[in-house]
Amino acid sequence: MKTLKYDVVVVGGGPAGSSVARYAARGGAKVLMLEKRQEVGSPVRCGEGVSKKILQKIELEPLESWIANEVAGAKIISPSGSQFELSEDLAGSETGYIIRRDIFDKHLAKLAAVEGADIMVKTTATSLIKEDGKIKGVLARHLGEEYRIEATVTVAADGFEARLSREAGLKTSLKLRDVDICIQYEMVGVKADPLYTEFYVGQGYAPGGYVWIFPKSERVANVGIGVNLMFSERGATPRRYLEKFIASREDLKGAKIVEINGGAVSVSMPPESVTLPGFAAVGDSARMIDPLTGGGVVNGAVAGRVLGEALGRMVQGKLSPEEALAEYEKGWRKKMEVQLARNYLAKEKLLELTDEEMNDLIEAVGSIKLEGLSTAAILKAVKEAKPSLAEKFSDFL
Amino acid sequence: MIRVDKEKCLWCGTCVGVCPTLALTLKETYVEVDHERCTLCGICVRACPVGAITMEGVEK
Repeated sequence: MKTLKYDVVVVGGGPAGSSVARYAARGGAKVLMLEKRQEVGSPVRCGEGVSKKILQKIELEPLESWIANEVAGAKIISPSGSQFELSEDLAGSETGYIIRRDIFDKHLAKLAAVEGADIMVKTTATSLIKEDGKIKGVLARHLGEEYRIEATVTVAADGFEARLSREAGLKTSLKLRDVDICIQYEMVGVKADPLYTEFYVGQGYAPGGYVWIFPKSERVANVGIGVNLMFSERGATPRRYLEKFIASREDLKGAKIVEINGGAVSVSMPPESVTLPGFAAVGDSARMIDPLTGGGVVNGAVAGRVLGEALGRMVQGKLSPEEALAEYEKGWRKKMEVQLARNYLAKEKLLELTDEEMNDLIEAVGSIKLEGLSTAAILKAVKEAKPSLAEKFSDFL
Repeated sequence: MIRVDKEKCLWCGTCVGVCPTLALTLKETYVEVDHERCTLCGICVRACPVGAITMEGVEK
């Protein structure tokens, strides 16, 4: 067995992991990032929509290599066909750019490497090194060889699977109603509007979730679905609903599938703590996904930056490991916890709505002027249109 | 016993993330089942987006 020593070992090479590695390395930390697959970024498990705010949040240049398309906004469409539009800056974490996630993830890994982080691909963390009540690194396998990787701080950025965060003892297990399961086709020959992402909501389309059409270029789009696990039955429920949706659409008629992806997202609240002595979880592994949209790229990358910067200050001697982890816990929550809590409540409400209620809701929201869109404005409009429906949302205020 | 159909599996890790006993591991291009840890709860069977997981020899 080979032994390696680092300040920080990051398990997982997605946006959250790369962001931790990049900012920790920039701060002077000796960092190693592990990716279990032979290539960072592939296969894609994502709808590939992200808000443009990601650029300033993690200091990115908008590059044609990873940006497939830029959209003006999102359309939310109800079962009856009523809809409302949101401009991209109001549309949350998944609208703005449609990205090429494989190239995007690799780009972020390169930014980490440029700052000096080491990266090992095709490397699986098999277990945690636990000593004296602390986590002190991981055991890993790389091309048939065992490695003992010792680190002051171990970071779980292992995505939805979250094996590492759960093995460490964080409460990141999920209830059925807090999981959406997804499948997506990249389709060619699509006649959808290339300027808008489309979200189809309602039990008939996607029980507890939505169908999305994210245009990647003039004729190409990601067409996918997320279904709440609570409503799923044995045997490929999301796929069945997606096939039904595609068959019903003129704009998808004759379109060919060039890629198929599966995956799942947590639509839960994050646990009360995402840190332990010598250990932190980040991104999907820490259940930081937006429970309303299912978007996790921006939150993961932002939390990764907060953690990476704190770890940089740790190696500069400004913070102890305990203080750095406490600063991370406080910092990421300040940036997104209120939004996560609000959107979790919204997701819980939407899970209960019938298609008729969803029609009423979308119609009411559609009647609001765009610039006035806020939770309060939505509630007011719903109250005027459908007092009984407004009752259901009253605890939002 | 849980069985993962390698021909249907998309290696997406959904089953791994929903398994309450950490009995499943995604090894890049296949899912490994730890039958000692598996309690046959069936959540992975429900969760698999393409229906690649079945339970054999148990009526639930």
